[in-house]
Amino acid sequence: MATGPHGSQPDAALVVEHLTKRFGERTAYEDVSFEVGYGEVFGFLGPNGAGKTTMVRTLGTLLAPTSGSARIAGIPLAFETGAAIRGRISIMPESPGLYLRLTVEENLECFAGLYELRDVRERVATALRAVNLTDRARDPCGSLSKGLRQRVALARALLNDPAVLFLDEPTSGLDPVAARDVHALIGGLRDRGVTIFLTTHRLEEAERLCHRVAILNTTLLLIGRPDELRERLFTQALDVRTRTPLPDPGGVFAGLAGVSGWEQPTPGSYVLHVADPDAAAPAVARALVGAGADILSIVESVHSLEDVYLQLVAEDAEAQR
Amino acid sequence: MTFSWTRVGAILRKELRDYRRNRFVIFSMSALPLLFIVLTMIQLFTIKVSSSPRLNDRIGISMLYLLIIPTMVPSALTAYSVVGEREQGTLEPVLITPIRREEFLVGKALAAFAPTLVIAYTLFGVFLGAAELFAQPAVVSAIFERSHVLVQLLYTPLLAGWSIWMGIGISARSTDVRAAQQLAVFASLPPLGLVALLSFNVIPASVGLALGLAAGLLVVDGFGWRAVAALFDRERLITGGRA
Repeated sequence: MATGPHGSQPDAALVVEHLTKRFGERTAYEDVSFEVGYGEVFGFLGPNGAGKTTMVRTLGTLLAPTSGSARIAGIPLAFETGAAIRGRISIMPESPGLYLRLTVEENLECFAGLYELRDVRERVATALRAVNLTDRARDPCGSLSKGLRQRVALARALLNDPAVLFLDEPTSGLDPVAARDVHALIGGLRDRGVTIFLTTHRLEEAERLCHRVAILNTTLLLIGRPDELRERLFTQALDVRTRTPLPDPGGVFAGLAGVSGWEQPTPGSYVLHVADPDAAAPAVARALVGAGADILSIVESVHSLEDVYLQLVAEDAEAQR
Repeated sequence: MTFSWTRVGAILRKELRDYRRNRFVIFSMSALPLLFIVLTMIQLFTIKVSSSPRLNDRIGISMLYLLIIPTMVPSALTAYSVVGEREQGTLEPVLITPIRREEFLVGKALAAFAPTLVIAYTLFGVFLGAAELFAQPAVVSAIFERSHVLVQLLYTPLLAGWSIWMGIGISARSTDVRAAQQLAVFASLPPLGLVALLSFNVIPASVGLALGLAAGLLVVDGFGWRAVAALFDRERLITGGRA
């Protein structure tokens, strides 16, 4: 049993245990285990072909796993429970997949019928309001831009008020403005406590939107909060820049309290490995002033999720060689 | 989860809305029937009442033309039904709803069946009306013979049913819309061939035989959706056959 980040509901929205999917000889993903709490936005990162979409399709009961088990919205994943699971979740695929000759409203009405929803008009209107598309309800989907189509697809995914919303590369192929709009909509859903499983290879997207992320490259490489992953992968460090290279950096940094080592990536630029950046920075500044250096900056090294991702994928590629 | 007519209705409504705005569908539903009703009318008005066997042959050809309509029209529609959605990328969003494959298939089948029956029976009515008003009395009495009318009324839905299930089955296993359409047209022809043999008296026609064949076709149609449902593999449709 897991608790969501807000501790709102005791059970986990998704429990995946040792799930594996193979297509003949090819392994899409292998021995993947994780949990997602209710109200959590969970990012599933990985390079192309890592198995992200296959995982979404498996959890959406479109593909049967080769082995392992899962519970989706409290329902065990099995052939017999497929329709029940699909009634409790929604998936927004990478391609919006709209009926282009039908209007926005007609597309949503069709899906409201497929979910056997009551008060179809009200549900459609609510979904359209959620994605700010009320004024385009009567437009044929074929006349909409790619960004607007993506918003219609998101409205469609919200129709049944899903317990878990799967978003598969929701901003793939969108221009920055349209992607920003979709991010804002997802942020709004997150703030409303909707459980979201977001696959993406856009790291800034995951960092901005997700409570936790998992990095997949056929196998699950790492899972945790973005800041946790940074801490786990990278030692704490101070980035130091001076106007001119120090004549004897070893003499300045060696033996400084709290500094366990140092590197010089480029002349005039130094990375000091420290246990506590706040505690070490004043001593480093004093030592540099004492050595007559012109200090440009002393800042704590900040590793982005991208650094974490690239590091992990590179390590994984190395390990597979 | 039980069979839901609400979900069938959702698919049916969506299909009919889509048909109305699809030029290819409008063309298929109008050009073919128009061609065959024109051919039928030509047959009707060029019949000379000189010899009885010749008269029966000509009327048999007319009736056969009319039966081509419920055979060909749905095959063009249903061949597109699964592979077309897959090519458009609209199949996956539908399959991730709670819809069961049987509901999806019945929705698709009804969407082809309903307009086909409307078109076929309307044109048969037009044919009967034109015969009544303008054909020679001997021709009219031959056309209104009970067995001819019965064959039209009975075989129109049965032939349409066969075409629909063959079309959907082929569409569910195809990867290309055009190939599916060509195959579906060929696959719809065998029962029509049988009807042709009856129409031209190659197989001596009798009401009993016609009813027997109709009953056989009804059974095949009845089991058609189960056979097609077995061909409808979600995993294969999603992954393009690599599963």
